[in-house]
Amino acid sequence: MKYVDEFRLPGTARSLVRKIRELGTGATFMEVCGTHTMAISKAGLGPMLSPQVELISGPGCPVCVTSDMDIDTAVAVAHMPGVILATFGDMVKVPGSHGSLSDASAEGATVKVVYSPLEALDLARSESDSEVVFLGIGFETTAPVVAATILEARKRELRNFFVLSFHKLVPPALRALAATEDFSVDGFILPGHVSAVIGSRAYSFLPSEFGIPCVVAGFEATDILQSVFRLMQALTARPSVAIEYSRVVRPEGNQKALSVMYEVFEPVDAEWRGLFRLPASGLGLKEEYREYDAGAWPVEIPPATGDKGCRCGEVLCGKIKPSLCGLFGGACTPDNPVGPCMVSTEGTCASYFLYSYDEVD
Amino acid sequence: MSGKFITMAHGGGGTRMQELLRQTVFPLLDEATLLDQEDAAALSVDVGRVALTTDSYVVKPPFFPGGDIGKLAVCGTVNDLAMRGADPLYITIGLILEEGLPLDVLERILSSVSFWAKEAGVRVVAGDTKVVERGMADGIYINTSGIGQLQPGREVSIAGSTGGDVLIVNGFIGDHGMAVLNEREGLFTNSDLISDCAPLSGLVRAMQEAGEVHSLRDPTRGGLAAALKEMARASSCAFEIEEGSIPIREQVLAACEMLGLDPLYIANEGKLLAAVPERDAGVVLEAIKANPFGGGAKVIGRVTEGRKGEVSLITPLGSRRLVRAPSGEQLPRIC
Repeated sequence: MKYVDEFRLPGTARSLVRKIRELGTGATFMEVCGTHTMAISKAGLGPMLSPQVELISGPGCPVCVTSDMDIDTAVAVAHMPGVILATFGDMVKVPGSHGSLSDASAEGATVKVVYSPLEALDLARSESDSEVVFLGIGFETTAPVVAATILEARKRELRNFFVLSFHKLVPPALRALAATEDFSVDGFILPGHVSAVIGSRAYSFLPSEFGIPCVVAGFEATDILQSVFRLMQALTARPSVAIEYSRVVRPEGNQKALSVMYEVFEPVDAEWRGLFRLPASGLGLKEEYREYDAGAWPVEIPPATGDKGCRCGEVLCGKIKPSLCGLFGGACTPDNPVGPCMVSTEGTCASYFLYSYDEVD
Repeated sequence: MSGKFITMAHGGGGTRMQELLRQTVFPLLDEATLLDQEDAAALSVDVGRVALTTDSYVVKPPFFPGGDIGKLAVCGTVNDLAMRGADPLYITIGLILEEGLPLDVLERILSSVSFWAKEAGVRVVAGDTKVVERGMADGIYINTSGIGQLQPGREVSIAGSTGGDVLIVNGFIGDHGMAVLNEREGLFTNSDLISDCAPLSGLVRAMQEAGEVHSLRDPTRGGLAAALKEMARASSCAFEIEEGSIPIREQVLAACEMLGLDPLYIANEGKLLAAVPERDAGVVLEAIKANPFGGGAKVIGRVTEGRKGEVSLITPLGSRRLVRAPSGEQLPRIC
């Protein structure tokens, strides 16, 4: 595949690994994005770089950072009579305090998996007697598409299409992480696709205020290795935000996507798993678009039952590796997930479990 | 035949059902045994062991590039018998039809059953038809059973692989699952994703004539990863595969990349995974390649004496990671 194969060349990768090893030992870098976490596990990069470089995962899997309360809200909305809840497949199995959307579906709620928000719009047209609610989970990559869908709904004068927006913004989460007292990461591998939208300049506070070097990385093995190499070099230089994924990302980002996003959404406080409530870190519908906001509906959510012992929050902040969670691989597996990091295709626990967990059959 | 749609009366056991059988089912399936309309078919088999299998087909949609539910039902049943080293002899077809199914859809599916049964050398010797109310099924479901003759010395088991064996697949993986998904969801227009659905009994016979075959599995639901894990577990061996040598078509790889799917977990319907002793690997591979359903065959790895049931994969970068059994539902209703 063009634009893919040239970034998977084994020779290039091996020479990058050699160069990284030559640059010394003991650096810890955080890959923020869940897609990076999966790519690293799938290509087996962790063992190749150890012990010179340790890669830890950050809060960049949108499904994983969604709080139990938000999942409970989605489940409650799905249970409302006449509602079809349309969602990306990733969210279906994620357990909240009272089960997942998959459980809700088994109990009689209508939950439909869609591949794009526009598909949910078509659903609203064909199921005109139902209220179709699209579950908006995602970062700055997904939010502009959902915003464009709302604009399209207005254009088509659809009165039965709604969005439950739990969209989140990446920079506020990284700011919160970097400001944590015991945060000891030497560099960030920044998400490629989010950065294509918001631009690399959106992270300039990380080097300037916290002294942490960053590289915006692509998703192939050599992209990630090249980014690690550049972070190693940056350890002895003035910290900055570099772009390795230059075939897609510009410093200024994608202004068109951003303007569509901010036409419909505005920053609101949001609840993050592991990072708790962060100011202006989520996206809610603006006053002019409230008619599409399922978040404004009154729903009854039973209070959460006790602590499940899940440590996804700590995994998402890079505080622990998944294997340190007492539930990992025993009480919590992809078949029977306790926390979202085990069920999402971009989840850190799932990636460890799928590709590197040394099971005993 | 009056009326162009299946009605409840077609499953009622009365004159409308007889009409359906005599005018549509029997002529299309072209099998004398069915005409007798006995309660059970009386069949001849050699003395010895037989293989018996059953399967149900709910694929959505019933027609897809490279096949249909009828072809799938025949090939799936034949392949399950072939994976034991059995020569498929007889199959049964149970039809569950939804009221309102266009009759020509049923005709096309039965023609396909008949064609592929002849291709695979099996006879459709018994059947059943039921009709359920509109909305109670999705067009057509098919249930099959199959009987195959096990010849002495040719019986193959999932548990048969031993250390030193070479692992072979007979061609590109992931074609079926991606073709059905694409047809159902209309994801990639102008795509040339085509199901690999095919009967493999002739291929298995050719392999066994060429050399020894220790173990066979058809990587259907759960894909190659599931087949590897099941074989490794059953034989208490470790499997090691080379990611770079697994044959995957460019378009399947590209579609998987876009959808975040791993081709190792995508279903196949005309593929087999074989464990073959190293000394016979060359001749068996040649025999596979000479078969119409084996052109893309490749050696993808080997069986070792390592950790029991573990499947590891060497990436093109030279790193090693584990392959897990699939969990939950991968892609629903692909067979």
